[in-house]
Amino acid sequence: MILTTIIVLGCLGIIFGIGLAIASKKFHVEIDPKIKQIEEVLPGANCGACGFPGCSGYAEAIVRSGAEITLCAPGGDKVAKTIAKIMGIKVSTKERKIAVIQCQSGGMDNTFLKFENKGIETCQAAVILSEGQNLCEYGCLGYNDCVRACPFDAITVDDNNMRTIDENKCTGCGNCVEACPKNLIQLIPISKKVNVLCKSQDKGKEAKTKCGNKTACIGCGICAKKCPVNAISIENNLAIIDYDKCVVCGICAEVCPTHAIVDKIKIHPQPRIIEEKCIGCTICAKKCPVDAIEGELKKPHKINEEKCIKCGICVDVCPKDAIVT
Amino acid sequence: MEFSRLFVIIVSSIFINNFVIVRFLGLCPYIGVSKKLDSALGMGMAVIFVMTMASTITWLIYNFLLNPATSIFGFDLTFLRTITFILSIAVLVQFVEMVIKKTVPTLYKALGIYLPLITTNCAVLGVSILNINENYNFLESIVNGISAGIGFTLVLLLMAGIRQRLEFANVPKSLKGMPIAFIVAGCMALAFLGFSGLKI
Repeated sequence: MILTTIIVLGCLGIIFGIGLAIASKKFHVEIDPKIKQIEEVLPGANCGACGFPGCSGYAEAIVRSGAEITLCAPGGDKVAKTIAKIMGIKVSTKERKIAVIQCQSGGMDNTFLKFENKGIETCQAAVILSEGQNLCEYGCLGYNDCVRACPFDAITVDDNNMRTIDENKCTGCGNCVEACPKNLIQLIPISKKVNVLCKSQDKGKEAKTKCGNKTACIGCGICAKKCPVNAISIENNLAIIDYDKCVVCGICAEVCPTHAIVDKIKIHPQPRIIEEKCIGCTICAKKCPVDAIEGELKKPHKINEEKCIKCGICVDVCPKDAIVT
Repeated sequence: MEFSRLFVIIVSSIFINNFVIVRFLGLCPYIGVSKKLDSALGMGMAVIFVMTMASTITWLIYNFLLNPATSIFGFDLTFLRTITFILSIAVLVQFVEMVIKKTVPTLYKALGIYLPLITTNCAVLGVSILNINENYNFLESIVNGISAGIGFTLVLLLMAGIRQRLEFANVPKSLKGMPIAFIVAGCMALAFLGFSGLKI
């Protein structure tokens, strides 16, 4: 009896096994090995920042339909380079973008209220009721929808209910940008550390009285006038920085009467040229946005400190590391 | 005569003895995959498909290998029923998955993850064993398999529809999510109990 059991079940198992083995050979589907390789490289967070359904969807799109390889925000340059290696193409490095909240109000002690909101405590819900309780209709509502939307815990809330974005954790996936009903969050290249932290399009006096933090952009235009590279324009009573032109000198932040423009670098050191190292290649002079570097070809150059805006571009471009701060 | 018997089987498996609501088989996907209507539909289609195939193959195996009266060996191996059924269902699902992947990639994408998921679904094993218990013949087994799958899909779709609306309902905080889903499931079971008075 036991023997028959073993034989019948064993035979059944063997037949099924052989059947499956044959089937797996016969019905084998060729999958591009690159798809699997790329999928392993991708972070696997399935955040959707690339615009494809999940990491595997993105991997398939890269191989099958030639999608851009730099779209993975959490993976950044590192992943893009590895994918480039797998695909055998060159990568044009893209600067990492991070989210910046463009309002300095929204906390407990720096917000003027139109009314007390006792409704559902989300920004999405609050905004439905006459644009929310913040007196400034462009200002932050402080219910932290962005914090909940962040898949990487990059946004922290302090005791005053103010949000700070951790630059190291932020991957620029853009989830918070979509979550903010006031459109206060923008993705900005990480090197552009001078930002207008106000979105108010109210006229000067009105904006100033409505802002609980007293840091509203009043659209005075001083920043636009002082900007050495003309990167700032005033639209609808609001200063807007063109980050393609901005050289991060921080002058606008210094001159802004309401401190609506914030310079995260704070101290810009004066660059100096070490004459022994300078070979007079003129690269720095060409790249200087304000023509503050003078000197003849093949002779040591000099920085005109009166003209210099301390943006630091010359330090970065010098091939001989002859310019230090 | 034959047709009326089949009709009784169809109505019975879909409504009166519904696998999920009355027999309490396959409760895991009933709660797990009923959050969205389209995934419920995908799961339902996969279950119909697998149940039909499983009823066919297990009936053949039981009657030609295990049942002493009709077996080619003549031994009584009916005690091997459960293990051979599980084995053959698992193999069947694997095989079908490979075939579909090669021949109908669109169907493979539509069924997606659900096909391998139901390999070990108790409702599939349940329908195979019930076919044997009820002494169905070959055709009746297949029909029972299809209608059991349809019954499962029907209940899954109803549940998904209700749960999608529940998302927007003002449910007390302590009942939000799973608890209210269980209450709904209970109400549905009560409603389906009404079919048991059906006389055919």
